[in-house]
Amino acid sequence: MKNNEPVIEVEGLCKAFGANVVLDHFDLTLYRGENLVVLGKSGSGKSVLIKCIIGLLRPDAGRIVVLGQNVPDLTYMELDQLRARVGFLFQSNALYDSMTVRENLEFPLRRHWMNVEQNEVNDLVHKVLTSVGLAHTVDMMPAELSGGMRKRIALARTLILKPDIILYDEPTTGLDAITGMEIIELIKAVQHEYQTSALVISHDMKLARHAAERIAILLEGKCCATGTYQELSTSKDPNIRAFFD
Amino acid sequence: MRFGVFRASFFQEVGALSRFTARFFREAFRPRYEWEELVRQCFVIGYKSLSLVGLTAFIMGLVMTMQLRPSMVRYGVEKMIPAMVCIAIIREIGPVITGLIFAGKIGSSIGAELGSMRVTEQIDAMEVSGTNPFKYLVVTRTLAATLMLPVLVILADAISLYGSYLGVNMYEVLSFRLFMEQVLDNLDYYDAIPAIIKTFFFGFAVGIVGCYKGYYSTKGTEGVGRSANSAVVMASVLIFILDLLAVQVAALIWKI
Ligand SMILES: Nc1ncnc2c1ncn2[C@@H]1O[C@H](COP(=O)(O)OP(=O)(O)O)[C@@H](O)[C@H]1O
Ligand SMILES: [Mg+2]
Repeated sequence: MKNNEPVIEVEGLCKAFGANVVLDHFDLTLYRGENLVVLGKSGSGKSVLIKCIIGLLRPDAGRIVVLGQNVPDLTYMELDQLRARVGFLFQSNALYDSMTVRENLEFPLRRHWMNVEQNEVNDLVHKVLTSVGLAHTVDMMPAELSGGMRKRIALARTLILKPDIILYDEPTTGLDAITGMEIIELIKAVQHEYQTSALVISHDMKLARHAAERIAILLEGKCCATGTYQELSTSKDPNIRAFFD
Repeated sequence: MRFGVFRASFFQEVGALSRFTARFFREAFRPRYEWEELVRQCFVIGYKSLSLVGLTAFIMGLVMTMQLRPSMVRYGVEKMIPAMVCIAIIREIGPVITGLIFAGKIGSSIGAELGSMRVTEQIDAMEVSGTNPFKYLVVTRTLAATLMLPVLVILADAISLYGSYLGVNMYEVLSFRLFMEQVLDNLDYYDAIPAIIKTFFFGFAVGIVGCYKGYYSTKGTEGVGRSANSAVVMASVLIFILDLLAVQVAALIWKI
């Protein structure tokens, strides 16, 4: 399942807001079928990184090649087409709170010009909801759901387009330890079931230990180390040790 | 010093709002057009303000009639009450009061809705779901507000006149036909047309300011409240400024 074909290549990515330099020549590669966790403390620019990858923020410099296309060069239409293949799970879930769960899930399908029949849409909705174990919530409003359930619905909404890559922005932050563990298991199950590559950004070591095949560490705007959990946990570098102690 | 700071932020705000408005016109006339959402917003925006607008219009018509009576009686021209009230309402009170109610109701709700969508990343989520959030949220709401306020104002004018008719009949007996005859005898088309035209601008101001404040909402849930609040204040002030411009322009065009 895993090979050495890169699906995301970030090279020399720089991004600053005024005088606040957030990313400074950041490099990262995500290979097909891989689960990569980027660790960084809060405020280190993890969300900025992931938003540059999906084209929500424009980088100041650098190349971001996603599925063979350089994101900063794309037109609006090309970017839309690319985004249909890259799922994004927002830190705050970003469920549309004026819509039911069903409408939330149908939204990306309808908006991406996909010509799917209504009964096919219903099947897809049912399928992704079953994947995340929440088939019974289909007619509920997001406000009626718990934090963990909302996270699952948000994941279902990205899965419905059958993306090649899923970007997770702190999927376990704000959840209790048990729910967090369930989400971690779900991330692994989804990767297995849908054959996706996943880029997870987090500061949760439990997530890194259980879900990561490879870990990258974001420190002061640079990628200061990559490796497996074992490799990094035995590192002598005090900056890296700080995450593991 | 304090005034300097105020002036700088004032001009920044005006500049940012102008850029936002320019973007509205750029995006509004280019596909893809969000017809379905526009129709839905028209319904929501019109329906939401209907009862409030109706109630205030009725009371304004009734109260104006009662307030005018003593001085009109003193000069012995109480026959002119229907015409006076009608001209005041159609030319000024109807558009402005309805506009202000609309700003309070719709401006704040658009500001709060878009603000909370911004801070909970729903606007970004739309963007990655193949939707231009500016077209889907801002263009539809602003157009809906622009189209619905004139409808509401015409409705409010009619309800106000009915209120005035009841107000007249509290003191004397006047048939509705006679009341309307007196009204229409004294009403010219240049009383009504400029008044209706300016309401499109009022509606546009309410929509665009609500969207602008919500779209650039920051700093968590506290920012959402501030967006809603400042949307109402800014839209209300804009309505008065536009009203001031409208009266000059109308006077120029109709030479009166
Ligand atoms: N849109 C923005 N405008 C200005 N500054 C921003 C913006 N987004 C993020 N930042 C700044 O970038 C830094 C990193 O933020 P972020 O990526 O959200 O951190 P985290 O790693 O916790 O996700 C912070 O200092 C933040 O203030
Ligand atoms: Mg973040």
